Parts: sequence; C-alpha cells; structure tokens
Amino acid sequence: MTPMTFDVQVEVQLRPGVADPQGSTIERAIPNLGFDGVSKVRVGKSIRFQVQADTEDAALNEVNQLCERFLTNPVIEDATISIQAA
Amino acid sequence: MPATVGVVVFPGSNCEHDVVESVEALGGQGRLLWHGDADVGDVDAVVIPGGFAHGDYLRPGAIARFSPMMSAVTDFAASGGPVVGICNGFQVLTEAGLLPGALQKNAGLKFLCQPATIEVLVTNTALTGNATRGQKLSIPINHFEGNYTCTPDTLAELRAEDRIVFTYSDNPNGSTANIAGICNARRNVVGLMPHPERASNQLLGSDDGNVLLGSLLDAASQ
Repeated sequence: MTPMTFDVQVEVQLRPGVADPQGSTIERAIPNLGFDGVSKVRVGKSIRFQVQADTEDAALNEVNQLCERFLTNPVIEDATISIQAA
Repeated sequence: MPATVGVVVFPGSNCEHDVVESVEALGGQGRLLWHGDADVGDVDAVVIPGGFAHGDYLRPGAIARFSPMMSAVTDFAASGGPVVGICNGFQVLTEAGLLPGALQKNAGLKFLCQPATIEVLVTNTALTGNATRGQKLSIPINHFEGNYTCTPDTLAELRAEDRIVFTYSDNPNGSTANIAGICNARRNVVGLMPHPERASNQLLGSDDGNVLLGSLLDAASQ
C-alpha cells in the first residue's frame, strides 16, 4: 500500500473546569469595545501538520498518541483532532 | 568529601550558575550537566534549575522532558537519589511525570517577580530535612506559569500522604490549596516554584534558602 498524506489540525483547549485566566481577561475587555453579550471565552491553541499513513485510522491513531504524549498535558488540556486526506 | 550536586542545563536555563554558587557557598560541589548527555555521572543529587528550557515552547517543560538527560534523571530518582526542580525545573518534573499535577498560568495573568513567604509543612523530604515544621521562609518567586493545578484525586492523595511540602502564606498565583511545592511518594523528588538559590545571602535580601539547600546537601551525603 502506498502511504497517504493527511492534513491534521489539533485544537488544544484547557479542560472544562480548569481556570483560563487569558480567556477571562479577554472576556472582561470585550465590553469596553462596545460588544455586548459575549461570554464563555476560552483560549486554546491550534497546531497544524501533515502525517503519512496507510489509512485514515492509522493516521488518527498516531495523532491520538502524539496528543496524549506530547501536544497536550492531559492534566489540564484536551485535544480536538480534525483529519482529512491531503 | 563534599556532596556533588549535578545541575541540569537545557538551552534556555538561566539559574544554573546561581544554584552552583549557592551550593558551593554551603560547602558542596556543583557540576553542570548538559541536557543532551544521557548520564548524570557520579553526582549525589540533581537540581533542575529555573529558566525557560527550550524556550518554554508548546508548554513549559514539554520539550525538556524528552532530553536524554531526563531519562538519566528519572533513573537516578528511581534509585532513590535526591532530585529537586526549582521553578522551570518543577514544571519539567511535572511534565516528565516525576511529580503529579501541572503548572498553569498565574491567576492574575502577571509575570510575578517578588519575595514570597512560604511555610514548610513537612520535614522528611530531600529538601526540608533541616527545616522545622511551620517554619516561614522568605524566598523569591519569578514565574508566569506557577499556578499549581491538579485533579481533586491528586490533591486528596497529596494531602493524605503529607506530600505538600510548601504552601504560600499569601497565595500570589492562584495555586490550588496555596501549594508552592510538593514531593513524590518516596520523598526524594521535590519541586517548588520559589528560588532558594536566590535567597542564599543577606546581600540578596534573604538567606532563608540556605536551610533548604543545606538540607539537600545533607540528603545527598547520605
């Protein structure tokens, strides 16, 4: 099988319940700009890369492990993974 | 023979010479250990100093824990050797899984650089053998990510096993349960956010750090 290339986007977010001082500070600043009704601001980070694998399942498995061991700190962060053939 | 303290240097570490100097002022011997080497050598204790290992990219400590030296430090800790992580070093120890929990951004979103009063809660650790229970120490903090965070289960375990080593008297960063430092179950691995090496001489405003570094030297000599 020829390996396929997949585009991956990992969104790292603080787990629900973990205080997000950056998000709270942004939320407090928003009304000063005249925007009302903005709430629940949470700041995360987005990491994009490509992975080569035989199947999408294999690629997803690898990305899951990468997230668990390196891209997130499971004590305070969760990852949402988007993956599609390049 | 004086105890030898190995001090790990990552690209971006910046407190390694302060640790060496303060340890040597107390009669110990300091030795720098490069993060890319995979052997601690014949040191009697290891300190992971403060700074910004690998630029703190991704998360503080996230990349440092993959350095070859960290495997050697993990083995050294597993054999009972005293290991202390100060500030960024504490962050590295949590990322490496040698200590539980994580250090989050300070609650007030400010980089804090100021003296902090901490209380010693337990004295049977590699860093507090010569201190007394309830002793208050004035030791500087210097961090942006010092807000200790852990699951309720971890907190219950730390409390049940008397592993909260230091608490802040006036919690400056939002840490869970005012935690300034903790140890592992075996009590030979200790992590703390305050910098004892910066409180090693009255000329610096405080020498309260010496009781901790002296304890480490004694633990290293055993």
